[in-house]
Parts: sequence; structure tokens; C-alpha cells
Amino acid sequence: MINYDRILIRYGEISTKGRNRNMFVDKLRKSIFDVLNEFPGIKIESTRDRMYVVMNGADGREISDRLRGIFGIQSFSPAVKTTKNIEEMKAAALGLFLKHFEEGKTFKITAKRADKSFPLNTDELNHEFGGHLLQNVPGLKVNVKKPDINLQIEVREEAAYLSCETIQGAGGLPAGSSGKAMLMLSGGIDSPVAGYLSMKRGLEIEAVHFHSPPFTSERAKQKVIDLTEKLANIAGTVVLHIVPFTEIQQLIHQQVPSNYTMTATRRLMLRITDEIRNKNDGLAIITGESLGQVASQTLESMFAINDVTATPILRPLITMDKSEIIEIAQSIDTHDISIRPFEDCCTVFVPSSPKTKPKRDKVRRFESFVDFEPLIAKAVEDTEKMVIKPQSRNEESFGELF
Amino acid sequence: MIYFDNSATTKPYKEVLESFIKVSSEYFGNPSSLHGFGGKAERLLMQAREQIAHLLNVKHNEVYFTSGGTESNNLAIKGTALMHRKRGRHIITTGLEHASVKEAMDQLKELGCSISIIAPDKNGIVHAEDIEKEITPETILVSVMHVNNEIGSIQPIKEIGEMLKKHSRVVFHVDNVQGIGKVPLDLYQASVDLCTISAHKFHGLKGNGVLFIRDGLRLSPLLSGGNQEWKMRSGTENVAGIVAMAKALRLTINNMERRLSQILSIKRYIFEEMNKIEGITVHTPEKNSAPHIVNFSIEGFKAEVFVHALGERGIYISTTSACSSKKAAASSTLMAMGIPEKDAKSAVRISLSYDNTMEEAEVFIEAVKENVIRLREVMKS
Repeated sequence: MINYDRILIRYGEISTKGRNRNMFVDKLRKSIFDVLNEFPGIKIESTRDRMYVVMNGADGREISDRLRGIFGIQSFSPAVKTTKNIEEMKAAALGLFLKHFEEGKTFKITAKRADKSFPLNTDELNHEFGGHLLQNVPGLKVNVKKPDINLQIEVREEAAYLSCETIQGAGGLPAGSSGKAMLMLSGGIDSPVAGYLSMKRGLEIEAVHFHSPPFTSERAKQKVIDLTEKLANIAGTVVLHIVPFTEIQQLIHQQVPSNYTMTATRRLMLRITDEIRNKNDGLAIITGESLGQVASQTLESMFAINDVTATPILRPLITMDKSEIIEIAQSIDTHDISIRPFEDCCTVFVPSSPKTKPKRDKVRRFESFVDFEPLIAKAVEDTEKMVIKPQSRNEESFGELF
Repeated sequence: MIYFDNSATTKPYKEVLESFIKVSSEYFGNPSSLHGFGGKAERLLMQAREQIAHLLNVKHNEVYFTSGGTESNNLAIKGTALMHRKRGRHIITTGLEHASVKEAMDQLKELGCSISIIAPDKNGIVHAEDIEKEITPETILVSVMHVNNEIGSIQPIKEIGEMLKKHSRVVFHVDNVQGIGKVPLDLYQASVDLCTISAHKFHGLKGNGVLFIRDGLRLSPLLSGGNQEWKMRSGTENVAGIVAMAKALRLTINNMERRLSQILSIKRYIFEEMNKIEGITVHTPEKNSAPHIVNFSIEGFKAEVFVHALGERGIYISTTSACSSKKAAASSTLMAMGIPEKDAKSAVRISLSYDNTMEEAEVFIEAVKENVIRLREVMKS
């Protein structure tokens, strides 16, 4: 039985990126490398317009699952490599075809000849291989419009590649090709989705989470680590900053009238995130805000909160309905983690009636009675930095139990 | 001791027991407790769920922990019947099923459901087209086991799943208690909606099982309480047993990849030797049967006599399935296959694990030969 020995990867938008193309290809290669780093045997080969994952016996299904999530891949096909000897190609084509064939299925051949010196042109390739299959598979029928199996043959300089299926990739741009931004990650449903969509357009993200023990628990923190891990499954590695926030949060509650604490809290979180961004060479801040969803996400609130920085704040979810956000969260596997019922920094101190239309000048005045600067500096200083890798949890102390 | 009764239960792996003891003594917290110690237990539970999902090639939110095969089968069948009672009350199953399916069906029958029981062919295999003929607009569930526990025949789950795609309102349950770790089954490919497995059949511990419930499918829970397992199965989770089960499944699937050919050659050897002994009829079909089960009758002996005779020599085999072996009645599976009652009453089953060896099989065959001769003498005189 024939086994796939490589996966052919087609680039998405990056194949149109002119002179920056090499940078894009390198970034894609890096994210594939990071995401697949648990499979030590594999090799990644890249050419100008294709990339190949050489399996060396690794689990093809698992690798396919991982590739499906990586941005910058338009589509991919598990493929068999053969020499450009026509008889050998035919034998491989038949073997591969039979793996997918069941009685009653129709087929067509899609040949591509990148190597113009190959003796058969595209039409001749179609004809030759189609004939070979028809002769050897009884009852087989051709259907060029809607075939059940599309056997693709690519003859390239170095070898010929055969494949029977094309799997849709995630599209978008490779991780890190658009620069770095900080994602404010609360643990709710929205922020991981915002991170995911930013990654889709090639942003490298570093997550920032505010931790207020004992008001928020270790499990809330673990939840954020698990969410970050899901994002790391896409990007390979994601840095997570955990900011100790208890002291500031308590001070806000002593100093600011209760209907303005939420606004002040958000402003301070943004200031701290901006400091961390500055320290780590990011150029923007991403939030999961969706217009009008909660009190802090009215336009008035955003205006009052955004006041503390001139750094671009990206809000990928701003026009989305909750149901649309939930749908994406489910598709990227973060939803079930997000709904674990632990208090986080956003839910634990919610006042009974927060202002939905806070005034910027008022919140500025309330804050002016305290000097938050040293506390902000201390929080940034004491921030714990974690590097989260895909499936890193398996390295936990529980290992031997499983 | 030669243990050839692995379809009844298996010996827990040493590593599995170690996990059980460690989790029971060091992480005994309740996963629902708020404190960090409960949190640890919860993480263990999640990790076990993910590992099992991975090994079954399904999603983690499709894995529900239960107390074992019987509960999983009851939940699948009664849970579906309760959920869909307004839509229909007709259920289809086979004449091959384990008691936990059969009795659950009988109970539903008393409550007003109608049950169609599909007879297997002479090889102990049911056919998709026979099932399809019984489907009516009232049909809500088809329940078919993957590997029969008494004779080891493999049911065409993929074909049945394919056929049921045309009847999208019918839920498809598969009892895979005997098949797991022995005969691969791709649940998605076979369009299975519900699937039962039980830990103690693959070297885990008694009291743990899984019901796979396809994402989006709804069942009525049978146990009400603290809403564990996404409200599907209340009751404090048996974390230690579940972790042990996750480990047992990993080790078993590992063994399947490494030692399947060994167990197959033992089975082939037993088959060949049995066929040479006069008066022995092998009921397990040669094709489409699991690698670990051989069922045969010895002409003129009650099964029980033979089980005890081998037991005296430290060789443990079984009459029919362990759950019904204490009843005097002949095996319902064999009867359903059309085997005469006299033969069915003398049927015994051996069932292997990946730890059995060819030497054990040779000792077993010798013992069978000797006993057949010895007992025949006794019966004659």
C-alpha cells in the first residue's frame, strides 16, 4: 500500500507579495516548523511557490489537522513523490488512486507541467494517465465536471508529485509577517477570537492578562494559559504576560466612585498594556471589544478609555454580533475553555451600575488624586512572562500518570 | 495460570494501577471544588478526556465518562428513547447484543416502544440491507455492536453507518466494548452517533467507561444531580479511574500496533488445531472476526463440564459471555445464528489479550485434546 510521503503546501496571498515574498515565505516556514515541532522526523522544504512537509513516517492525519489552522496556507495536498520516469509515475498513480477508489466513484486527472522539458504536455499527461487508470480499474468512469476523485499530477524540475485530495487551508498571512501587537486576554469568549483574527492577518501577538489574587483564582489563570495554548497551536509560540493587578484594583476601589471604577480600571489596564508593548517592541494593542456589547464597550466608554494612549488599538470584533463571535470561538476550540465559570479581572469587581456613558474629564479628575505611575511601573516590573507552546501542558508534572 | 477469558475482563496493567493509586492518594480532590486542590483534579480529568478523545480520533467534548459498558449502553439507548419519544418509538437492534442492550430494549418495550430484532446470518453477521428494511418513519435508533462478545464476529458498522446517512433522523449507536483496541473503528467515517467502551476490557479498572456522543446530538440524562459531564451524567467523577482508563487505552492501542500480528497468529494456530480435533465445531467465522475470540462446541459435553475441567489445570476459559454464563440457557447469540440448541449448550469461548503467548496456546491445545479423550471415556462408561 502506498503511503503519502509528503504534503504539498500552496501559498495564499503571499504569492502576490512581490519583493517581500521571501520574508513571507520564511515566516510561513517558521510557523509550520513551530507548529509541527513535536514531530522530530519531519523536514520542511520550500521553493519559490510551494512548500513541502516531508513526513518521514510521521502521522499524516495529525499533521494535516495542524496545517489546517496555520495562516498563510491556501490549500495543501498529501502527495506521493516519484521520479519522472513515466512507468514509475503510472504505477504510483494507480496505487494512490486505488487507495481512494470505491466502486461507482468517478474521476478526472488534472495535470500540471512546470518542467517544460518533460516529454508529455498537459493534455498528453491527462490522456496517458487517464487511459492507464481506465485500463486497470474495472468499471471506472470519467467525470470532468464533478469527479469524486481528482488525481493531480505535477511535473516539476526535481520530481513528479501525485495527490488525490486538496484540503482547504486557513488563508490569511503567515504569523509575524505584519508585525507585533499586544492582545488583552481576559479569559472571556471575545478576546481569543480577536487574537485569532489578528493572527489571520499576519500579526504576531503577545497576550496580556491581569491577575488579581485572591480575587481571581489559579484556575482563572490556568484558563488563560489554556486559551493561549490554543492560539499557540496556530502560531507556534505565544508569549503570555501575567500582570499582578490586585494592588491597583484595590486602590481604584478606594479612590474612584463605584460607577466609574470600571472605566478607571480599563484605563489603567490599557496604560499597563501599553508599557508592556513598549518594552517588547509591539506597535499596537488588540482588544475583543464589540460595539455596545457591555457598558465598557459603548462608544462613550471607548472614548474615555482610549484617552490614555495614542497607540493604535485594533478591535477586530467591533462590528460583530455575539453569535458570530461564538461561532468563531467554537471553530477555534476556545469557546469551551472561555465558558469555564471562574471569576476573572473583568467580572470580579463589576459595580452594580457602571456608567454606560462615562465622561472623560470626570474619570481624569477622579484619577488625579492618586499617583498611579509608581504602581504601574511596579506591576510592569513584576509581570510574569510565560512562553506558551502547542500542547505544552503535556510536559506538566502529570506526565507519568498518563 | 493461563488466562483466556479476556472478553470477560482483563488484568489491569501495572502502570494503570500505579496511576490509580497515585491519583487516589495525591489528587483526591473533587473536580467541582473551587479551591486549587479541586482544580488539580479537574485538570487531570480534562487531560484524561483529551487523551481519550485523541486516541479515539474524536473531539474532547464528545467524550462522556460513565461507570462502564452497561451504563453507557443504557444511557445511549434509554437516553435516545426518552429524548425522542415524541418523534417516534421504534428501535432496531440485532439478535447478537450484550445483555445491557437487550434488557434495556426489553424495558423500553414494556414502556411502549416497539423493537425490531435483526437476525444475523450463519456467520453471526447482520447486514445493512436487513436493517434498512425495518426502518419506518417512527424509527429513532439503530443499535448494533461492533464485535460480538461471544463468537467475535465483526459487524459491518461502516456499511450500516453509510446506509443510515439516508435516514438522517435515525440515531446510530455502536456497542464497541469488545472491539476497542482490537478492531479499529473510525467513528466519524462510519457515521456513528453514540459509541460505548469500557475500561476493564482493555486493562483498565472496573467501574469506568465512556460514551461517545457526537457533537450536537442530544440525549436525556438518566442520572440527575450535580450536573457533571455537561449535565449528561451526574455524580462525582471517578478521577483516579478515569486517569487510569486514559493510560490503559494508550497502552492498549500501542500494543495493538505492535502485537496484533502475534495475537492473530495465536488465533490462527488455535483455529487450525481445533479443526483437527474430532467432534469440535468452531463457531467463530474465519473471516470478519476479531483477533482475540474463538468460540467452539465439543460434541456431547456440556460447556460447564469443560470449563471446570480446564479450570482444574489453571486454564481459565468461559462458557458464553460472563454476564450470562451462570444461566442454564444456551447462548442467545449462537441460537440467533441458527446453531442447534444441543451444540449451543456445549459452546465455550476463549478470549485473548496482547499478553498471551504462543506457548500458552500450545499448552491449552494439549489440555483440550487430553480432556476430550478423558471425558469421552467417562461419558462412555
